[in-house]
Amino acid sequence: MATSHTETHHPNWLQHHFSSPFQQGESSKLGMWLFLLTEVLFFGGLFCAYAVFNAWYPETFINAHKSLSWPLGATNTIVLIASSVTMALAIRSMQLGSKKGTLILLWSTMALAAVFLVIKYFEYSHKFHLGQLPGEYYTYEGIAGTNPHIFFSVYFMMTGLHGIHVIAGMIVIGWMIYRTSQDHFSSDYYTPIEMTGLYWHLVDLVWIFLFPMFYLIG
Amino acid sequence: MSNAAATAAVPSYLQEPKGIKSWLLTVDHKRIGIMYLAAIMFFFFVGGALAVILRTELFRPEQILMDADTYNQFFTLHGAIMIFLFIIPSIPAALGNFILPLMLGAKDVAFPRLNLASWYVYVFGAIFCVASIVLGAVDTGWTFYTPYSTTTSTSVISMTLGVFILGFSSIFTGLNFIVTIHKLRMPGMTWFKMPLMVWGLYATAIIQVLATPVLAITLVLLIMERVLGVGIFDPAMGGDPVLYQHFFWFYSHPAVYIMILPGMGIISEVIACFSHRKIFGYKPIAYSSLGIAFVSFMVWGHHMFTSGQSEIAAMIFSFLTFFVGIPSGIKVFNWVTTMYKGSISLETPMVYAVMFLFLFMIGGFTGIMLGALALDVHLHDTYFVVAHFHYVMMGGTVMAFLAGIHYWWPKMFGRLYSERWAKVTALVIFVGFNMTFFSQFILGAQGMPRRYYSYLDQYQPLHGFSSVGAWVLGIGFVIMAVYLTASFFNGRKAGPNPWGALTYEWETLTPPPQHNFLKDVVLTHGPYDYDKVTVVGDFYDKSPTDKQHMAGKV
Repeated sequence: MATSHTETHHPNWLQHHFSSPFQQGESSKLGMWLFLLTEVLFFGGLFCAYAVFNAWYPETFINAHKSLSWPLGATNTIVLIASSVTMALAIRSMQLGSKKGTLILLWSTMALAAVFLVIKYFEYSHKFHLGQLPGEYYTYEGIAGTNPHIFFSVYFMMTGLHGIHVIAGMIVIGWMIYRTSQDHFSSDYYTPIEMTGLYWHLVDLVWIFLFPMFYLIG
Repeated sequence: MSNAAATAAVPSYLQEPKGIKSWLLTVDHKRIGIMYLAAIMFFFFVGGALAVILRTELFRPEQILMDADTYNQFFTLHGAIMIFLFIIPSIPAALGNFILPLMLGAKDVAFPRLNLASWYVYVFGAIFCVASIVLGAVDTGWTFYTPYSTTTSTSVISMTLGVFILGFSSIFTGLNFIVTIHKLRMPGMTWFKMPLMVWGLYATAIIQVLATPVLAITLVLLIMERVLGVGIFDPAMGGDPVLYQHFFWFYSHPAVYIMILPGMGIISEVIACFSHRKIFGYKPIAYSSLGIAFVSFMVWGHHMFTSGQSEIAAMIFSFLTFFVGIPSGIKVFNWVTTMYKGSISLETPMVYAVMFLFLFMIGGFTGIMLGALALDVHLHDTYFVVAHFHYVMMGGTVMAFLAGIHYWWPKMFGRLYSERWAKVTALVIFVGFNMTFFSQFILGAQGMPRRYYSYLDQYQPLHGFSSVGAWVLGIGFVIMAVYLTASFFNGRKAGPNPWGALTYEWETLTPPPQHNFLKDVVLTHGPYDYDKVTVVGDFYDKSPTDKQHMAGKV
């Protein structure tokens, strides 16, 4: 049957059920924002748990947070904010049609994400070494207050879940690097990179909340 | 309107493309809807069989079929399968998937591949749930309350992981529907020209997107509690089991509106169509769907009146719970007013819609009773609660689902079912349902606790009556399976618009072609303009040809 579109208005990246690139782009954006909303609520449960136990054991939380290294946390915050900047610039670069610039900036974002994870690895392994582990595996004895293991349960679950999101983000960025190198994108069509950017900013934003909540209390 | 000879040449979505691979890799929302329908009907019959076995065991207080531990596993499985594998995906993912883009005049949902992914995620999650039966069937009840769920030796992890995965399937569907409704409506379809089914699905999708992630994180925490002993829900380690209940019901109370809201959408369609009358109070019905979605997030604590939450919290939750009655009441009054002085024809979908009204009213009123703080302390964890939620979920959602199945069956498969058998079955189901569950209201009020394997002799007459009702109900569904199967293979051919309805899914061929409409559609009449447009449904045409009766439309 005859479609109402002519070939010039129907580029190959436009899916069959959309009538215009605008409609497709707007749908992607709305879908992505809704997905980010689910992510916020997913983390929301843990933020709620944090609030409950921080209210129940305020002294424990203050004492326990001293075992976290704020310079490392601050470094990671700066690293992630920098990665958000390179991500945003990658989108800008593809808007201007520069494949090379986009690739450099996406690789930079990837590298910064890796730096974040390396720093996190050192923090984690130090705590594992000391026995500052979640729940019943907690063996450390240097923190005054009731139930210090709860602090580490919440800490490891929140930062761990965030870490999983960082890894997922790196996978998606890697996929974007591949697609960019295969010339899937142009200044007309860069929606997937833009969506990756939205996701990456959320990952960044969650950390910006986690940093003061764990490293800077008291 | 194109003539019958030309349109007959266009293959339907069932015919083209061919082959099992074209089904398993399809991105067509209609096929995905049918695949969902097959999957959920399978689990509906599994869950239903479990229910009949449970009721048989409860016929007498002593052991009949199974021991107490098996009984605990059976009622848990019945609940978990019915909730997570049947009722939540039933209307949105199966019927909604099929019907939503057709109603909007769209070619597909906004994200067809995500839609297919949601089906596979559903199947994957279902495998984990089913695996838990083999690995040591869960005996916690479908709510997985701590601390029992962290200490029982049964395979809670497999089941909760399954439910966690199923949650993603639900989120994908909800997200897809919201974007589809926002972005893919046909030209001319403004928000207030959308069918009320679409409003129902929209409100449902909002809850799916907002509530399901919280269930996901709750189940992650529960799994962590079991695997790593994080202690968050363990009072011995400074955790809080009531926190689990808060988390769980923050999802699971809104989830009961995931179950009922799309059902209310179906009822709006069916009542308007079979009353042949413009729906009364379109906007109040539309807004009340959103109202229910909004209130649903503020009432979860009414599941926990006896769990040790603060008295002031319980009072606020009780007060807020009453607000659910307002939008629900608005809907019921508008439906009844639509029927008033309408030209009602009692075809099977309408029979189920009327049954819905009757049963949902009882379910709704008893819900308000349970929301009343003082009364709930008496009735909490009794059969009264069991009867209440079966009246809402089965008497409400399942009746609406059956209304929808019978309403859209001709559109889905191009064939009509035996109207006589369908009506007889509806009667059997109605009688069986009320026998099963009305007796449980009385049992509960007399103090029979839920989930008990055995009971005092004084409860035996009502328990026996309820069990007989369950058998009647079971027979009803078996007859339904038979006549629907018969219809699928050799039912009378249906025309494009059997019931003479005005929503746009009836404007295309029956069954629809692959891309839904032969040409781009533009809205020319509202969904309920029965006062302006006259369409005679081809169901009422007794001649064997399937010529179109839409010529009468002006």
